[in-house]
Amino acid sequence: MNKQIITSLLLLAAGSAQAVEYNQLQAAQSALTFGYKQMGVPLTGKFNKFSAQLSFDPAKPANARAHFDVVLASIDTGSTDADEEVTGRQWFNAKTYPLATFVSSGVTSLGGNRYQATGKLSIKGRTMDVTAPVTFKTEGNRGVFDGSFNIKRLAYAIGEGEWTDVSTVADEIQIVFHLVVLAAPK
Amino acid sequence: MNTYTRTAKALHWLIALLIFAVFPLGVYMHELKLSPAKLQLYSYHKWAGVIILLLAIVRLLWRITHRPPALSLPRFQQIASSAVHHLLYLLMLAIPLSGWLMSSAKGYQTVLFGILPLPDLLTKDKALGQTLENVHASLNYLLLLLVTAHIAAALKHHFIDRDDVLRRMLPKGKNHE
Repeated sequence: MNKQIITSLLLLAAGSAQAVEYNQLQAAQSALTFGYKQMGVPLTGKFNKFSAQLSFDPAKPANARAHFDVVLASIDTGSTDADEEVTGRQWFNAKTYPLATFVSSGVTSLGGNRYQATGKLSIKGRTMDVTAPVTFKTEGNRGVFDGSFNIKRLAYAIGEGEWTDVSTVADEIQIVFHLVVLAAPK
Repeated sequence: MNTYTRTAKALHWLIALLIFAVFPLGVYMHELKLSPAKLQLYSYHKWAGVIILLLAIVRLLWRITHRPPALSLPRFQQIASSAVHHLLYLLMLAIPLSGWLMSSAKGYQTVLFGILPLPDLLTKDKALGQTLENVHASLNYLLLLLVTAHIAAALKHHFIDRDDVLRRMLPKGKNHE
């Protein structure tokens, strides 16, 4: 009898865990930052505006989906001059290509709270496959995703003309995300 | 004639040369539109500034441990010369230091030759960065004024008073020490 109750409680617990889906991005608590090197000097910046449609059930990572839109003109490099420059034609050309988008193609579990997300990142009309390791933890009804991946800016033609000189601004850009997502019942 | 030591002369002229390169570079690069060249020139300016700071520290230590050759000058000239020299030493240290602080406050770490990171002395603070930029510029205009007086005085001693004030700092000036 006792055994039956425990079993049904466990099933109930498992059932309720499966029913939790993290799908409401809390943009104000989340952060999208990037790091790069300029003349050997490590620098960071961030994007202030981004949105996402996503769903993630820790029990079923294979069903996870994510679509991110990043408003490129919301970039903050820490310098007004640089912000103007990088939204201009030679860099993001944000007038013609206002958004960077990421569309997931799959999420696999790496064991524990670690996952690997793959998808297509489109910037300035160019699309590349990217893969990012992601950790996931819960804080009450909030799910917190942390991860990072590197891109080569020249692969997206970010910085054309004289800016293709990677000895001044390095080719490699690290993208770091911290996403706070609320859970809602399915 | 008593002259300065070879080390004192070398430090004087090396720092003079660097200041004459880095000062106009600072004025020029500031006016440039953002470009790779501008970023490169800013880095070169900072690297040269760090070198000047290091040389100025060595020079100050050398000056403290080695008395300059004695001169018999009128009282007023002695006071004026001493005041200008003290201020020049102060600025040789304060100007690169203010640049380093400004860089830190603006969020751009100084990385010597692109490989040796210097610690940031301040955390990022835009308003403080702007204040330090003004301090850096003001100190430089004071330096310009003092260097002009310094050169004018040296030339006046050499060509009008026809004494050894300039000659004792010239590279080829004989040393009887």
